[in-house]
Amino acid sequence: MSSVAPDPPAAHAPAKSWTVKVREAGVAALPPEKLLPDGQPTYVASWIYMFGVASIASLITIIGSGFILALKGPAWWHYTGIGHFFNSIHLWSVELFFFVMVVHLWGKYWMAAWRGGRTRVWITGAIVFLVAVPTALTGYVSQQNFDAQWISTQAKDAMNSVGAGAFFNLTNFGQMYSWHILLLPVAVVLLVSVHVLLVRKHGVVPPFELEQRKAALAATPAGNGASGGADGAGKS
Amino acid sequence: MGHLGTDVLGAVFNLNHPAHTVDWSFIHLSVANVVVIGLMFIVFFLAILLPFPGASRRRGGAS
Amino acid sequence: MSFLRPDDDTRPWKGRYYPYDLVKELCIAVGVIVVLAVLLTVLLSSPDDKPSTIAQWSQQKPTDFVTAAVKELDGTSNTAEYGPPYNHNSGSVQHFLFLHPQRWLGVSHPIDTEKDFVVGPLETIPNDPTLTAALAQYRAAPETQKKEWAEAYAKPLEEAATAEEEKKTPPNTVSESNGTVIVKTSGSAGPVPLMMARLLALAKSGGVDGSLLTSRQFFQTDYTKPLLFMADGGLLAERAEQQHLLGEQWGLMNETGSYPGQPWLWLYALWYQVEPMKSSPNADIQVLLIMTILSIAFILIPFIPIVNRIPRWIPIYKLIWREHYRSAAAGPGPGGAAGPAGQGDRASPAPGIGEPAGGASA
Repeated sequence: MSSVAPDPPAAHAPAKSWTVKVREAGVAALPPEKLLPDGQPTYVASWIYMFGVASIASLITIIGSGFILALKGPAWWHYTGIGHFFNSIHLWSVELFFFVMVVHLWGKYWMAAWRGGRTRVWITGAIVFLVAVPTALTGYVSQQNFDAQWISTQAKDAMNSVGAGAFFNLTNFGQMYSWHILLLPVAVVLLVSVHVLLVRKHGVVPPFELEQRKAALAATPAGNGASGGADGAGKS
Repeated sequence: MGHLGTDVLGAVFNLNHPAHTVDWSFIHLSVANVVVIGLMFIVFFLAILLPFPGASRRRGGAS
Repeated sequence: MSFLRPDDDTRPWKGRYYPYDLVKELCIAVGVIVVLAVLLTVLLSSPDDKPSTIAQWSQQKPTDFVTAAVKELDGTSNTAEYGPPYNHNSGSVQHFLFLHPQRWLGVSHPIDTEKDFVVGPLETIPNDPTLTAALAQYRAAPETQKKEWAEAYAKPLEEAATAEEEKKTPPNTVSESNGTVIVKTSGSAGPVPLMMARLLALAKSGGVDGSLLTSRQFFQTDYTKPLLFMADGGLLAERAEQQHLLGEQWGLMNETGSYPGQPWLWLYALWYQVEPMKSSPNADIQVLLIMTILSIAFILIPFIPIVNRIPRWIPIYKLIWREHYRSAAAGPGPGGAAGPAGQGDRASPAPGIGEPAGGASA
């Protein structure tokens, strides 16, 4: 006897079932072999391709170390060695995150990785960077040390100048801590997820066609990209 | 793990002293930041120049 | 979205795939990053400079404390004159052309510096009939009288502060003795000298720290009042200058000590160092507007002419894809990879299928 429940029988839900619509749209956009492919195009042959996954790995380390800091509360790292250890991991994983993310960005720019219908991949990636900056800022002002005092009393002028200080008070530790450990990380994780799912959907951007090859392809009768077979990775 | 306060806990190198700066015209950057930025350029160029393993698999040699 | 898509000739990849284990790649990446983070932690740790307190400020710099306190009383401190979101003045209100967002969003964190930073904390001191009488005298006086008293007390202190800034000999109207501040005023300062002396004593005991934090309720997480009061004095700025954290030191990129800071803020920091932002009272809104425009441009790079073509013109891509171009030049065949439209003998029409037999993973 199996301990696994049998698949539920098809309920023959009506066509306008939201569940069916969501499921079918999801599976159409990202069938399992596209969501988690076990192969990559042969042009994926450079260390620069590692910097996207390195960014995700850094984010995982940030969240993991942040989780441990949150377990014991914001004052813990000031008065225990183990707390200070995890605070250091958290700080260095943030430095690593920005380091690898920017190298990833440089690589993607020089590959013009927005080509072939991948503009949303670029856009979501750029927004991740821009949201990561205030995520870091709220962390810096939540440190409850001199650095936090200085940063909050200085940066408040910038916030106030554009009216944001009226609802985003850098000197309010409670508010800043809440944004830092919940609201902004959720935004970052959601954006990274959309970004990665779009990469899976469209595939990694193909290389530029070299001019001589373009001319050669144009000259051959069968050389114009017959798209028989399943849709390739490039179409959106 | 060492004792507490502003002491750096068991760190091999103590960075708790005022930073040295790199000054050029109106630009004043801390040495640490210059090192990080320099490393980013170095890592970027190494990443695109160093050969990536698996070339024989990509050529279809191994199955 | 399709009308916004820039023209490009990128075609879907119809060439070969090879086995690639994404899950293993992620696990290795996490391992490498964790090892790097632990290594950096063990080698360098992280900074934790202790925060300043009002108690420390009043003990280390009593004259500076009293100077700030009397300006809170007479409404001439930075915070008192700031404007929204703290009050309706205009000392620090910024705008750009017709944009006045600071005014528009209004006073959302009202602070009355006379009451919140001086009179309120003094009223918490019990069993001090002299102070009680002084406070009663102060409260009963008309506004003009209050201002005259406070200004009489503040003037010698401001002159002493200016002399110190300009590295000149300070006047002898201000002196310290056993941690108290003695100010020789030219006119009557009424109850103000006594109020300032009591506030200084309360501050040294930690009472002002506590009073400013818990003034609304017992449980508090909002440090706005004690931070703004301290920022009106010179202690935080003095520590910041030693740590290269001031604006003109590109401080917003820096960390305390010799640690790396926030190098990703380089462009934001740079605008504050160039004119007209450098000497403008509206520097913050100007820089933020510039960065907003540049950030939007960054997001929209795929659509920006010239910028979106530079990667083709400066062929760093030839280094990245050199293996692909070499094997494409070698032509399709058993050993060669096919190009995008080629049909090499191992061409794979869909991603996920590395080898015809179903793919051994790496």
